Amino acid sequence: MTEEIIIAGFGGQGVLSMGKILCYSGVMQGKEVSWMPSYGPEMRGGTANVTVIISDERISSPILNAFDSAIILNQQSMDKFEKTVKPGGILLYDGNGISRHPSRSDINVYRADGAEEAARMETTRTFNMIMLGAFLKIKPIVELDNVIKGLKKSLPERYHHLLPLNEKAIHRGMEIVREVHVVEKV
Amino acid sequence: MEEDFVLMKGNEALAEAAIRAGADGYFGYPITPQSEVMEYLTAAKPWERTGMVVLQAESEVSAINMLYGGAGAGKRVMTSSSSPGISLMQEGISYIAGAELPVVVANVVRGGPGLGTIQPSQSDYFQATKGGGHGDYHLLVLAPSSVQEMADFMPLAFDLAFKYRNPVMILSDGAIGQMMEKVKFQPQRPRMKEEELPDWATIGKKPERERNIITSLDLDPYRQERFNRKLVEKYRKMKEEEVRYETFQCEDAEYLFVAYGTSSRICQKSVQLAREKGIKAGLFRPITLFPFPEKQVGALAGQVKGMLSVEMSAGQMVEDVRLAVNGKVPVEHYGRMGGVIPTPDEIVEVLIQKFIGG
Repeated sequence: MTEEIIIAGFGGQGVLSMGKILCYSGVMQGKEVSWMPSYGPEMRGGTANVTVIISDERISSPILNAFDSAIILNQQSMDKFEKTVKPGGILLYDGNGISRHPSRSDINVYRADGAEEAARMETTRTFNMIMLGAFLKIKPIVELDNVIKGLKKSLPERYHHLLPLNEKAIHRGMEIVREVHVVEKV
Repeated sequence: MEEDFVLMKGNEALAEAAIRAGADGYFGYPITPQSEVMEYLTAAKPWERTGMVVLQAESEVSAINMLYGGAGAGKRVMTSSSSPGISLMQEGISYIAGAELPVVVANVVRGGPGLGTIQPSQSDYFQATKGGGHGDYHLLVLAPSSVQEMADFMPLAFDLAFKYRNPVMILSDGAIGQMMEKVKFQPQRPRMKEEELPDWATIGKKPERERNIITSLDLDPYRQERFNRKLVEKYRKMKEEEVRYETFQCEDAEYLFVAYGTSSRICQKSVQLAREKGIKAGLFRPITLFPFPEKQVGALAGQVKGMLSVEMSAGQMVEDVRLAVNGKVPVEHYGRMGGVIPTPDEIVEVLIQKFIGG
């Protein structure tokens, strides 16, 4: 099993930390992982993206241009990464602020309105965990137990009181994700 | 079982490995994309763990001269920087090579020339392997291709630096510095005790021996030439004993990618993609860039139909590949520059275009 994932959105949405938690979850499950971020000025308010690879084997290139799955959190990222999903792959997106929705019919499109849902929780910072939950519902590449362990390992101890809230957010994401049937325009 | 591993950036792994290698001092100045090295060291407070000094100098020029002083006293000292900062250090590195001192310099390369870009590049190959500063000298250059190797090459670099009394460079790039992978560290090595310091260290004259002098200056041309010959002999010995490399699906390869560091990771995927298309591709990955594995590359020239040197540069290592191959088979170069990283399938297309046609 090798799963090649791009997570993309605005800086501050928790893109890089979602990737990190996913990687730690993979490590907990005994997988090989790699986390390759965009870095530099992009991290400071602009778009941020991270390539995450989880595999049973040693990982070759940490940098890719085609992905099994894309988790898209804003319009710029949609414009940039929709075309990079491999045919038959998965595109999961948050509908908030999206005006040009995915148009490919050769991939499986899912939507989870995580930003909207996060606004109903104690803190909107649960957004990335809602989206991670949504993704894991579609692609259960790591077991939930290991995700919780991964969360614990990647969060500094002073945030450990937030673990139950994060777990709740993951479950919420699993509940709200739905498949979108793209009808190809003629 | 997975508890032994931590997930870390390459830069952080290098820093932790330096502490565990029993380093006595780190002297540096921040620059993207390697700033996490000093950030990690200051947060880890190794002065409390092992007594290791971590000091932010006022410039790269100061930092490298602090290394000169520390190494002269027989200490395990290191610095890290990125391309423009490494250029600033070249005078000091040349003096250190001339004074035969063991230091470790890590270059997390970014695109140039000048300030260039902060994105990853491999455009400092010439500077790293052909000397860098003035005078006839070489660094021993190790090129890690993973976060694990960023950690593993740190103690190795110190060992080689002391074995040869020569500066060792760890040549990585922004991608390896910034990416996170699993890493497992070697146990903590103790720092050298006073009595373990090398006998050439300038730590005060003992009555039973002559003064130790650390200098790179000799105004007598014949003595200087004798010294130059000694360096040449040292580099010859490195070529004999220190060549390191890795091969990937070379056994039946008809076409060979030659790539190091980040490019070698990408080419590993290209090998896979090429083989899916029925092209027997393989990968040769030099781990030591100086000494370059010339014999091994030369031997493969007898087997393959062509070699493609893939680098994030305008074509630097390709010159060493051509020297090793010595005209036996065509050697081509493919590179991306300015911080752009080639993709696995683009490399396969170039291979087809240059060698196979279609």
